[in-house]
Amino acid sequence: MTTHTDDLAHHGHGSGHDHHGEDDVGHGTFRSYMTGFVLAAILTIIPFWLVMGEVLESSRTTALVLMALAIVQIVVHVIYFLHLDTKAESGWNLLAFIFTLVLVVITLSGSIWIMYHLDSNMMPMSPHDMRNMP
Amino acid sequence: MSDTLAPTLPGGATPSSTEPVFYVAGEHHPKNGTLLGFWVYLMSDCLIFACLFATYGVLGRNYAAGPSGADLFDLPLVAANTTLLLLSSITYGFAMLEMRNQRVGMVQLWLAITGILGLGFLSLEIYEFTHMIAEGAGPQRSAFLSSFFTLVGTHGLHVTFGIIWLVTLMAQVRHHGLIAENRRRLMCLSLFWHFLDLIWIGVFTFVYLMGVLP
Repeated sequence: MTTHTDDLAHHGHGSGHDHHGEDDVGHGTFRSYMTGFVLAAILTIIPFWLVMGEVLESSRTTALVLMALAIVQIVVHVIYFLHLDTKAESGWNLLAFIFTLVLVVITLSGSIWIMYHLDSNMMPMSPHDMRNMP
Repeated sequence: MSDTLAPTLPGGATPSSTEPVFYVAGEHHPKNGTLLGFWVYLMSDCLIFACLFATYGVLGRNYAAGPSGADLFDLPLVAANTTLLLLSSITYGFAMLEMRNQRVGMVQLWLAITGILGLGFLSLEIYEFTHMIAEGAGPQRSAFLSSFFTLVGTHGLHVTFGIIWLVTLMAQVRHHGLIAENRRRLMCLSLFWHFLDLIWIGVFTFVYLMGVLP
Protein backbone atom coordinates (compact mmCIF):
# COMPACT_ATOMS: atom_id res chain seq x y z
CA MET A 1 0.00 0.00 0.00
CA THR A 2 2.89 2.38 0.62
CA THR A 3 4.16 1.97 -2.90
CA HIS A 4 1.23 3.30 -4.88
CA THR A 5 3.24 5.59 -7.10
CA ASP A 6 5.74 2.85 -7.69
CA ASP A 7 2.94 0.48 -8.73
CA LEU A 8 1.38 2.95 -11.10
CA ALA A 9 4.68 3.59 -12.74
CA HIS A 10 5.19 -0.14 -13.21
CA HIS A 11 1.85 -0.77 -14.85
CA GLY A 12 2.28 1.50 -17.79
CA HIS A 13 -1.47 2.05 -18.07
CA GLY A 14 -1.90 3.86 -14.78
CA SER A 15 -4.43 6.31 -16.13
CA GLY A 16 -5.27 8.76 -13.41
CA HIS A 17 -9.00 8.10 -13.02
CA ASP A 18 -8.66 6.07 -9.86
CA HIS A 19 -6.53 5.79 -6.78
CA HIS A 20 -6.39 2.03 -6.54
CA GLY A 21 -3.77 1.29 -9.11
CA GLU A 22 -2.65 -1.91 -7.44
CA ASP A 23 -5.75 -3.92 -8.30
CA ASP A 24 -6.13 -2.83 -11.87
CA VAL A 25 -3.72 -5.26 -13.42
CA GLY A 26 -4.73 -7.44 -16.32
CA HIS A 27 -8.08 -5.84 -17.09
CA GLY A 28 -9.66 -6.19 -20.47
CA THR A 29 -11.24 -3.45 -22.49
CA PHE A 30 -14.75 -3.44 -23.94
CA ARG A 31 -13.21 -4.39 -27.26
CA SER A 32 -11.29 -7.36 -25.88
CA TYR A 33 -14.34 -8.65 -23.97
CA MET A 34 -16.48 -8.41 -27.10
CA THR A 35 -13.81 -10.12 -29.23
CA GLY A 36 -13.68 -12.93 -26.70
CA PHE A 37 -17.46 -13.18 -26.57
CA VAL A 38 -17.91 -13.32 -30.34
CA LEU A 39 -15.14 -15.89 -30.74
CA ALA A 40 -16.56 -17.99 -27.90
CA ALA A 41 -20.06 -17.80 -29.40
CA ILE A 42 -18.81 -18.94 -32.80
CA LEU A 43 -16.76 -21.72 -31.23
CA THR A 44 -19.85 -22.84 -29.30
CA ILE A 45 -22.26 -22.72 -32.23
CA ILE A 46 -20.04 -24.80 -34.55
CA PRO A 47 -19.85 -27.91 -32.31
CA PHE A 48 -23.59 -27.82 -31.56
CA TRP A 49 -24.31 -27.45 -35.27
CA LEU A 50 -21.93 -30.33 -36.09
CA VAL A 51 -23.68 -32.69 -33.67
CA MET A 52 -27.31 -31.58 -33.92
CA GLY A 53 -27.20 -31.27 -37.71
CA GLU A 54 -25.28 -34.56 -38.05
CA VAL A 55 -22.97 -32.85 -40.52
CA LEU A 56 -20.04 -35.26 -40.53
CA GLU A 57 -20.40 -38.92 -41.42
CA SER A 58 -17.92 -40.40 -38.99
CA SER A 59 -18.34 -40.09 -35.23
CA ARG A 60 -14.59 -40.27 -34.78
CA THR A 61 -13.96 -37.25 -37.02
CA THR A 62 -16.72 -35.31 -35.28
CA ALA A 63 -15.25 -36.13 -31.87
CA LEU A 64 -11.80 -34.99 -32.94
CA VAL A 65 -13.17 -31.73 -34.39
CA LEU A 66 -15.19 -31.16 -31.19
CA MET A 67 -12.11 -31.60 -29.03
CA ALA A 68 -10.05 -29.28 -31.20
CA LEU A 69 -12.76 -26.60 -31.05
CA ALA A 70 -13.05 -27.00 -27.27
CA ILE A 71 -9.31 -26.50 -26.84
CA VAL A 72 -9.40 -23.37 -29.02
CA GLN A 73 -12.36 -22.02 -27.05
CA ILE A 74 -10.61 -22.68 -23.73
CA VAL A 75 -7.62 -20.71 -25.00
CA VAL A 76 -9.96 -17.88 -26.06
CA HIS A 77 -11.53 -17.81 -22.58
CA VAL A 78 -8.18 -17.85 -20.83
CA ILE A 79 -6.85 -14.94 -22.89
CA TYR A 80 -9.92 -12.70 -23.23
CA PHE A 81 -11.86 -13.42 -20.01
CA LEU A 82 -9.27 -14.59 -17.50
CA HIS A 83 -6.69 -12.14 -18.93
CA LEU A 84 -3.81 -14.53 -18.59
CA ASP A 85 -0.60 -13.20 -20.07
CA THR A 86 3.11 -13.31 -19.37
CA LYS A 87 3.09 -10.02 -17.49
CA ALA A 88 0.41 -10.64 -14.83
CA GLU A 89 1.97 -11.36 -11.40
CA SER A 90 5.43 -11.49 -13.01
CA GLY A 91 4.49 -14.62 -14.91
CA TRP A 92 3.64 -16.75 -11.86
CA ASN A 93 0.04 -17.01 -13.07
CA LEU A 94 1.16 -18.39 -16.37
CA LEU A 95 3.62 -20.77 -14.73
CA ALA A 96 0.93 -22.13 -12.39
CA PHE A 97 -1.41 -22.49 -15.35
CA ILE A 98 1.12 -24.42 -17.45
CA PHE A 99 1.93 -26.68 -14.50
CA THR A 100 -1.79 -27.38 -14.00
CA LEU A 101 -2.20 -28.04 -17.70
CA VAL A 102 0.58 -30.66 -17.58
CA LEU A 103 -1.10 -32.35 -14.60
CA VAL A 104 -4.50 -32.26 -16.31
CA VAL A 105 -3.14 -33.84 -19.49
CA ILE A 106 -1.36 -36.57 -17.50
CA THR A 107 -4.49 -37.26 -15.42
CA LEU A 108 -6.85 -37.41 -18.39
CA SER A 109 -4.76 -39.25 -20.94
CA GLY A 110 -3.20 -41.53 -18.32
CA SER A 111 -6.55 -42.58 -16.83
CA ILE A 112 -8.23 -43.18 -20.15
CA TRP A 113 -5.23 -45.01 -21.63
CA ILE A 114 -4.69 -47.33 -18.66
CA MET A 115 -8.35 -48.05 -18.06
CA TYR A 116 -8.96 -48.71 -21.73
CA HIS A 117 -6.25 -51.37 -21.71
CA LEU A 118 -7.62 -52.79 -18.49
CA ASP A 119 -11.08 -52.98 -20.03
CA SER A 120 -9.91 -54.80 -23.12
CA ASN A 121 -8.17 -57.40 -20.95
CA MET A 122 -11.35 -58.14 -19.01
CA MET A 123 -13.65 -61.03 -19.77
CA PRO A 124 -16.42 -59.93 -22.13
CA MET A 125 -19.79 -59.46 -20.54
CA SER A 126 -23.18 -59.38 -22.17
CA PRO A 127 -25.87 -56.84 -21.26
CA HIS A 128 -27.81 -59.71 -19.75
CA ASP A 129 -24.97 -60.54 -17.34
CA MET A 130 -24.62 -56.90 -16.47
CA ARG A 131 -28.26 -56.57 -15.52
CA ASN A 132 -27.87 -59.41 -13.05
CA MET A 133 -24.75 -58.02 -11.45
CA PRO A 134 -24.91 -57.38 -7.68
CA MET B 1 10.84 -18.18 -5.77
CA SER B 2 13.32 -17.67 -2.94
CA ASP B 3 14.27 -14.44 -4.61
CA THR B 4 10.65 -13.34 -4.41
CA LEU B 5 9.94 -14.32 -0.83
CA ALA B 6 13.17 -13.55 0.94
CA PRO B 7 12.88 -9.75 1.10
CA THR B 8 9.39 -9.76 2.57
CA LEU B 9 9.98 -12.22 5.41
CA PRO B 10 12.59 -10.38 7.48
CA GLY B 11 10.93 -7.07 6.76
CA GLY B 12 7.58 -8.31 8.04
CA ALA B 13 8.92 -10.21 11.04
CA THR B 14 11.20 -7.65 12.66
CA PRO B 15 10.85 -3.91 13.31
CA SER B 16 12.26 -1.87 10.47
CA SER B 17 14.50 0.17 12.79
CA THR B 18 16.88 -2.75 13.29
CA GLU B 19 16.89 -3.78 9.65
CA PRO B 20 18.62 -2.11 6.75
CA VAL B 21 16.29 -0.12 4.54
CA PHE B 22 17.01 -2.01 1.32
CA TYR B 23 14.68 -4.80 2.43
CA VAL B 24 11.69 -2.53 2.02
CA ALA B 25 12.96 -0.72 -1.02
CA GLY B 26 13.32 -3.98 -2.95
CA GLU B 27 9.61 -4.48 -3.68
CA HIS B 28 10.02 -7.77 -5.50
CA HIS B 29 6.93 -9.53 -4.17
CA PRO B 30 3.95 -9.85 -6.49
CA LYS B 31 1.80 -6.75 -6.50
CA ASN B 32 -1.40 -8.79 -6.31
CA GLY B 33 -0.78 -11.45 -3.70
CA THR B 34 -4.51 -12.12 -3.38
CA LEU B 35 -5.08 -12.53 -7.08
CA LEU B 36 -2.11 -14.87 -7.44
CA GLY B 37 -3.34 -16.89 -4.46
CA PHE B 38 -6.82 -17.04 -5.88
CA TRP B 39 -5.39 -18.13 -9.22
CA VAL B 40 -3.59 -20.99 -7.48
CA TYR B 41 -6.89 -21.96 -5.85
CA LEU B 42 -8.54 -21.99 -9.28
CA MET B 43 -5.78 -24.23 -10.59
CA SER B 44 -6.37 -26.67 -7.72
CA ASP B 45 -10.07 -26.56 -8.54
CA CYS B 46 -9.09 -27.30 -12.12
CA LEU B 47 -7.40 -30.49 -10.89
CA ILE B 48 -10.59 -31.57 -9.10
CA PHE B 49 -12.45 -31.22 -12.37
CA ALA B 50 -9.66 -33.01 -14.23
CA CYS B 51 -10.14 -35.99 -11.90
CA LEU B 52 -13.91 -35.91 -12.42
CA PHE B 53 -13.45 -35.64 -16.20
CA ALA B 54 -11.02 -38.57 -16.10
CA THR B 55 -13.55 -40.59 -14.08
CA TYR B 56 -16.23 -39.76 -16.61
CA GLY B 57 -13.86 -40.56 -19.46
CA VAL B 58 -13.26 -44.02 -18.00
CA LEU B 59 -16.82 -44.82 -16.89
CA GLY B 60 -18.79 -42.76 -19.41
CA ARG B 61 -19.66 -45.71 -21.64
CA ASN B 62 -20.51 -48.21 -18.91
CA TYR B 63 -24.28 -48.05 -19.16
CA ALA B 64 -25.00 -51.29 -17.24
CA ALA B 65 -27.78 -51.95 -19.77
CA GLY B 66 -29.35 -48.66 -18.71
CA PRO B 67 -29.99 -45.53 -20.74
CA SER B 68 -27.10 -43.98 -22.67
CA GLY B 69 -26.27 -40.35 -23.26
CA ALA B 70 -28.03 -40.44 -26.62
CA ASP B 71 -31.23 -41.55 -24.86
CA LEU B 72 -31.07 -38.98 -22.09
CA PHE B 73 -29.43 -35.77 -23.23
CA ASP B 74 -31.63 -33.00 -24.53
CA LEU B 75 -29.28 -30.94 -26.70
CA PRO B 76 -31.50 -27.86 -27.14
CA LEU B 77 -31.64 -27.63 -23.34
CA VAL B 78 -27.85 -27.92 -23.14
CA ALA B 79 -27.51 -25.26 -25.84
CA ALA B 80 -29.77 -22.95 -23.81
CA ASN B 81 -27.67 -23.63 -20.71
CA THR B 82 -24.47 -22.89 -22.61
CA THR B 83 -25.91 -19.64 -23.94
CA LEU B 84 -26.97 -18.53 -20.47
CA LEU B 85 -23.54 -19.21 -19.00
CA LEU B 86 -21.69 -17.55 -21.87
CA LEU B 87 -23.95 -14.48 -21.63
CA SER B 88 -23.39 -14.32 -17.88
CA SER B 89 -19.65 -14.35 -18.55
CA ILE B 90 -19.81 -11.30 -20.79
CA THR B 91 -22.20 -9.43 -18.46
CA TYR B 92 -19.74 -9.99 -15.61
CA GLY B 93 -17.08 -8.58 -17.92
CA PHE B 94 -19.24 -5.47 -18.39
CA ALA B 95 -19.56 -5.16 -14.60
CA MET B 96 -15.76 -5.20 -14.37
CA LEU B 97 -15.48 -2.48 -17.03
CA GLU B 98 -18.00 -0.32 -15.15
CA MET B 99 -16.07 -0.96 -11.95
CA ARG B 100 -13.05 0.58 -13.59
CA ASN B 101 -15.17 3.63 -14.47
CA GLN B 102 -16.29 3.83 -10.79
CA ARG B 103 -19.99 3.66 -11.70
CA VAL B 104 -21.59 1.83 -8.78
CA GLY B 105 -25.11 1.72 -10.22
CA MET B 106 -24.01 0.14 -13.48
CA VAL B 107 -21.80 -2.37 -11.67
CA GLN B 108 -24.78 -3.42 -9.56
CA LEU B 109 -27.00 -3.66 -12.64
CA TRP B 110 -24.58 -5.90 -14.55
CA LEU B 111 -23.94 -8.01 -11.46
CA ALA B 112 -27.69 -8.47 -11.02
CA ILE B 113 -28.06 -9.53 -14.67
CA THR B 114 -25.16 -11.96 -14.23
CA GLY B 115 -26.83 -13.41 -11.15
CA ILE B 116 -30.16 -13.83 -12.95
CA LEU B 117 -28.46 -15.58 -15.89
CA GLY B 118 -26.65 -17.83 -13.41
CA LEU B 119 -29.95 -18.64 -11.71
CA GLY B 120 -31.45 -19.44 -15.10
CA PHE B 121 -28.58 -21.83 -15.77
CA LEU B 122 -29.08 -23.50 -12.40
CA SER B 123 -32.84 -23.89 -12.79
CA LEU B 124 -32.43 -25.49 -16.21
CA GLU B 125 -29.85 -27.87 -14.77
CA ILE B 126 -32.04 -28.75 -11.78
CA TYR B 127 -34.95 -29.31 -14.17
CA GLU B 128 -32.76 -31.63 -16.26
CA PHE B 129 -31.56 -33.55 -13.19
CA THR B 130 -35.03 -34.01 -11.68
CA HIS B 131 -36.35 -35.06 -15.07
CA MET B 132 -33.63 -37.70 -15.42
CA ILE B 133 -34.10 -38.99 -11.87
CA ALA B 134 -37.87 -39.17 -12.40
CA GLU B 135 -37.22 -41.30 -15.49
CA GLY B 136 -35.26 -43.75 -13.36
CA ALA B 137 -31.90 -42.51 -14.64
CA GLY B 138 -30.59 -41.35 -11.29
CA PRO B 139 -26.95 -41.50 -10.19
CA GLN B 140 -27.41 -45.03 -8.80
CA ARG B 141 -28.48 -46.48 -12.16
CA SER B 142 -25.08 -47.03 -13.82
CA ALA B 143 -21.43 -46.04 -13.65
CA PHE B 144 -22.06 -43.67 -16.52
CA LEU B 145 -24.81 -41.87 -14.62
CA SER B 146 -22.85 -41.82 -11.35
CA SER B 147 -19.91 -40.10 -13.00
CA PHE B 148 -22.22 -37.84 -14.99
CA PHE B 149 -24.06 -36.58 -11.92
CA THR B 150 -20.82 -36.14 -9.99
CA LEU B 151 -19.13 -34.12 -12.73
CA VAL B 152 -22.07 -31.95 -13.80
CA GLY B 153 -23.34 -31.68 -10.22
CA THR B 154 -19.96 -30.43 -8.97
CA HIS B 155 -19.99 -27.77 -11.65
CA GLY B 156 -23.56 -26.83 -10.68
CA LEU B 157 -22.48 -26.61 -7.04
CA HIS B 158 -19.71 -24.22 -8.04
CA VAL B 159 -22.22 -22.05 -9.89
CA THR B 160 -24.49 -22.11 -6.80
CA PHE B 161 -21.68 -20.86 -4.57
CA GLY B 162 -20.69 -18.35 -7.22
CA ILE B 163 -24.21 -16.89 -7.09
CA ILE B 164 -24.16 -16.76 -3.27
CA TRP B 165 -20.81 -14.98 -3.47
CA LEU B 166 -22.20 -12.60 -6.11
CA VAL B 167 -25.19 -11.65 -3.95
CA THR B 168 -22.87 -11.14 -0.96
CA LEU B 169 -20.66 -8.84 -3.00
CA MET B 170 -23.67 -6.88 -4.26
CA ALA B 171 -24.63 -6.23 -0.65
CA GLN B 172 -21.02 -5.28 0.16
CA VAL B 173 -20.85 -2.85 -2.74
CA ARG B 174 -24.18 -1.33 -1.71
CA HIS B 175 -22.98 -0.72 1.83
CA HIS B 176 -19.37 0.29 1.25
CA GLY B 177 -19.19 1.32 -2.40
CA LEU B 178 -16.35 0.39 -4.72
CA ILE B 179 -13.59 0.49 -2.11
CA ALA B 180 -10.27 -1.24 -2.77
CA GLU B 181 -11.33 -4.37 -0.85
CA ASN B 182 -14.55 -4.74 -2.81
CA ARG B 183 -12.73 -4.21 -6.09
CA ARG B 184 -10.30 -6.96 -5.15
CA ARG B 185 -13.18 -9.28 -4.21
CA LEU B 186 -14.99 -8.52 -7.45
CA MET B 187 -11.84 -9.36 -9.39
CA CYS B 188 -11.55 -12.71 -7.60
CA LEU B 189 -15.18 -13.52 -8.35
CA SER B 190 -14.55 -12.47 -11.96
CA LEU B 191 -11.81 -15.09 -12.24
CA PHE B 192 -14.05 -17.66 -10.54
CA TRP B 193 -17.03 -16.95 -12.78
CA HIS B 194 -15.07 -17.04 -16.05
CA PHE B 195 -13.36 -20.20 -14.83
CA LEU B 196 -16.75 -21.90 -14.38
CA ASP B 197 -17.63 -20.99 -17.94
CA LEU B 198 -14.32 -22.51 -19.03
CA ILE B 199 -15.13 -25.78 -17.24
CA TRP B 200 -18.54 -25.79 -18.89
CA ILE B 201 -16.83 -25.84 -22.30
CA GLY B 202 -15.32 -29.17 -21.29
CA VAL B 203 -18.67 -30.40 -19.97
CA PHE B 204 -20.78 -29.63 -23.02
CA THR B 205 -18.12 -30.89 -25.44
CA PHE B 206 -16.91 -33.96 -23.62
CA VAL B 207 -20.10 -35.05 -21.86
CA TYR B 208 -23.10 -33.86 -23.83
CA LEU B 209 -22.01 -33.51 -27.47
CA MET B 210 -19.67 -36.48 -27.53
CA GLY B 211 -22.17 -38.44 -25.42
CA VAL B 212 -24.86 -38.35 -28.10
CA LEU B 213 -22.52 -39.25 -30.98
CA PRO B 214 -23.44 -42.64 -32.44
